Amino acid sequence: MVNAPLHIITLVKWVPDAQLERRYNAEARIDRSEGVLSELDEYPLEAALQLREAAADREVRVTALTMGPAGSSTAVKKALQIGADDGYQLTDDALIGADIWATSVALKAAVEAVAGAAEFESGEPEYLVLTGMASEEGESGAVPAQLAERLGAHVVTYATGLELEPERLIVTRSGGTESQKVAVRMPAVVSVTDQANDPRYPNFKAIMAAKKKPLTRFSLADLGLRAEEVTAKVRVLSTQARPARTAGEIITDEGDAGLKIVEFLAKERLL
Amino acid sequence: MSNVLVFFDVLGETLSFTQRELIAQAQSLGEVHIAIGAYQGDPTPALAISGVGEVYLAEASLPAPEVAVVDLLETAVAECGAEVILGSSTADVTDALARLAVRLDTGIICSIAALTGELLATKSELAGSYTTVSQLAPGLSRPLIATFRPNSLDPQRVDALLDAGDQPDGTVLPVRPSQGGVEVLHREALKVSARPALAEARVVVAGGRGVDGDFTPLEELADELGAGLGASRAATDAGWIEHAAQVGQTGVTVSPQLYISAGISGAVQQRSGMQTAGTIVAINKDEDAPVFEIADFGVVGDLHEVIPQMIEELRRRKG
Repeated sequence: MVNAPLHIITLVKWVPDAQLERRYNAEARIDRSEGVLSELDEYPLEAALQLREAAADREVRVTALTMGPAGSSTAVKKALQIGADDGYQLTDDALIGADIWATSVALKAAVEAVAGAAEFESGEPEYLVLTGMASEEGESGAVPAQLAERLGAHVVTYATGLELEPERLIVTRSGGTESQKVAVRMPAVVSVTDQANDPRYPNFKAIMAAKKKPLTRFSLADLGLRAEEVTAKVRVLSTQARPARTAGEIITDEGDAGLKIVEFLAKERLL
Repeated sequence: MSNVLVFFDVLGETLSFTQRELIAQAQSLGEVHIAIGAYQGDPTPALAISGVGEVYLAEASLPAPEVAVVDLLETAVAECGAEVILGSSTADVTDALARLAVRLDTGIICSIAALTGELLATKSELAGSYTTVSQLAPGLSRPLIATFRPNSLDPQRVDALLDAGDQPDGTVLPVRPSQGGVEVLHREALKVSARPALAEARVVVAGGRGVDGDFTPLEELADELGAGLGASRAATDAGWIEHAAQVGQTGVTVSPQLYISAGISGAVQQRSGMQTAGTIVAINKDEDAPVFEIADFGVVGDLHEVIPQMIEELRRRKG
């Protein structure tokens, strides 16, 4: 089937604003009382919208999926305003403190549920999961590969360009020492970097239209998962705020600042 | 003592500093075995280090993004009974070890700075603003998988910890490249800079908007100091330097001993990539630039005058 419909499931995360002070709470967990749609998740969303726009002869749906506390629905709503067709929010107290392992267990079930629930007019869809290159607060970048392993899907990380062909996706990526162009078949999980595109902003019309788009909430029980199945394998024992860096000696250049820097480096044994 | 499996996704003719560092970390935990993904010829001469036991290879070289490296790792773990599996915190290694954690049904901790004999992992979080200690959840006897952040050990200590030894034997495991799924259509080696890789550099020289389009003085300074060259997002977005040089929130996180920031205001996202640097030197025309709040030594001045003078003085001292 050449033009099977494509269901692009974009993972969006509600994270503490990196512009503000981020902190751990008394339970050694990141304080999530306030947040924003992760900037790094705007790139995969934009990539999904561009794939949909480029596929004139193909039915493509872009779904935004988040896992997080109650407030994380804000991330999905933002994604709907930017252009996603529909949204899903997995929220459950048993997911508080989820590590990479638990996150990928829950997301696997959520992706399967979302893919299974979707109905397309033009036939049985293939699915593609797009994610950011890393979460803004965990920064591990390990979830896409774990999710793919659990889904039995192919994985390509750190994509800088995506192009849809009839039976595959062509991805440009930067590996450690080389740039690569790879063809990946569906189902696939692809993480997208901030080099892939320039994310769009929602306009007033899009913001109004988003209010009519469906947003479905589900819990672990709705996915057939028990709390024991998402118990974290890694525990944070302690957290310590790094002492704030303080200003050292500041001088104004009077024609000898270059010499003074070198003197400072020599004194600190950094040469 | 435990068995430790160290994973190199690629091994050249000699070990990089980061790879030597990883072996040194592993040696403090137990007997070291090594699994290698991609290689050319015989990779074992590079591993003639005292204390290195088995070296595991697949039937053919497995360059990333080849997924069969996970099969190689899974087989190697079964072979040596590793209780700890370590790799570097790079994208391709993280992909492989994250999948391995699913196969072995165990936890993975990424970008750690230290691991004790009790398997307590220390790492920096939230862009260097916190240090956390984590471990496998109580009751888990599964192996611990961790990726190490480069430059966590002192180079002199690494040298002191590693002694030359006999060339180890390579053990070829029954693992072959995968078929289909992900097909590499084109590979192109990235331009290899003579400068150290940014993430691994012990000294970083970084420039921003104040560079005004010309990185030449910063390149010269970097070469004089043997430093890696970095840039703020403003400079990479302007196209003055390649995106790979970007330091910060959405770029490379660096933790050098010395970070020299030139013409960078030091907004939050730029700061976050360098907060763990040992010493920060800042040069900026604007005396109100936020970077001066965290600099150990700051110069309010024009980098186009200050840096050439630095280079001259460094050369004179070497002279």
